[in-house]
Amino acid sequence: MTKRELVEELGRRFPYCSRRDLELVVHTVFRSMVEALQKNDRVEIRGFGTFQLRQRQGREARNPKTGAPLHIAPKRVPFFRAGKELRLRVDGRKPDKA
Amino acid sequence: MTLTKGDIIELVCARLQCSRTEGAELVEAVFQLMKERLERGEKVKISGFGNFTVREKRARRGRNPQTGEDIVIRGRKVLSFKPSNVFKRAVNHRPVRSRALRTAEQT
Repeated sequence: MTKRELVEELGRRFPYCSRRDLELVVHTVFRSMVEALQKNDRVEIRGFGTFQLRQRQGREARNPKTGAPLHIAPKRVPFFRAGKELRLRVDGRKPDKA
Repeated sequence: MTLTKGDIIELVCARLQCSRTEGAELVEAVFQLMKERLERGEKVKISGFGNFTVREKRARRGRNPQTGEDIVIRGRKVLSFKPSNVFKRAVNHRPVRSRALRTAEQT
């Protein structure tokens, strides 16, 4: 499923919403998550998972084409961890309902 | 600070000028839809954000690190997320480079 298909599917579930509004919803959802991580904030979506930044150390590497040594600066990468419910469901196990 | 679903709902309401109930339904539906597809093993690709994929892990031998006991880790499916280049550059506050620019640099 792509972002566009997500918008189309939302359209079937919310027939009274305009396509433009639904695009805006999807855009706002993902945009807000990127902006939060830019500020090094965590993102926590109950029932889905959490996003946070992980620090990667700088390292010495080589250009695979020329063999020239190069320095890779330390950087941060977005990291996602699925919530328990989703993790179980993806594996075909139903989380036991209380 | 943590961004929660509630915060996202507020942002959506502000953009759409809609009620909190309506905003909550919409945001809930976005994550619900993604969950439904991922549960079925489908990929979810969000351009500018990243791709969620379900990966099949084979069974392998492992060891309980506490007791030293040999165990078999069964095959399973796990969800993985690969952030897009746009997302990775954004969190490092580096400008996004277009494909045309990258190709030009290489030559």
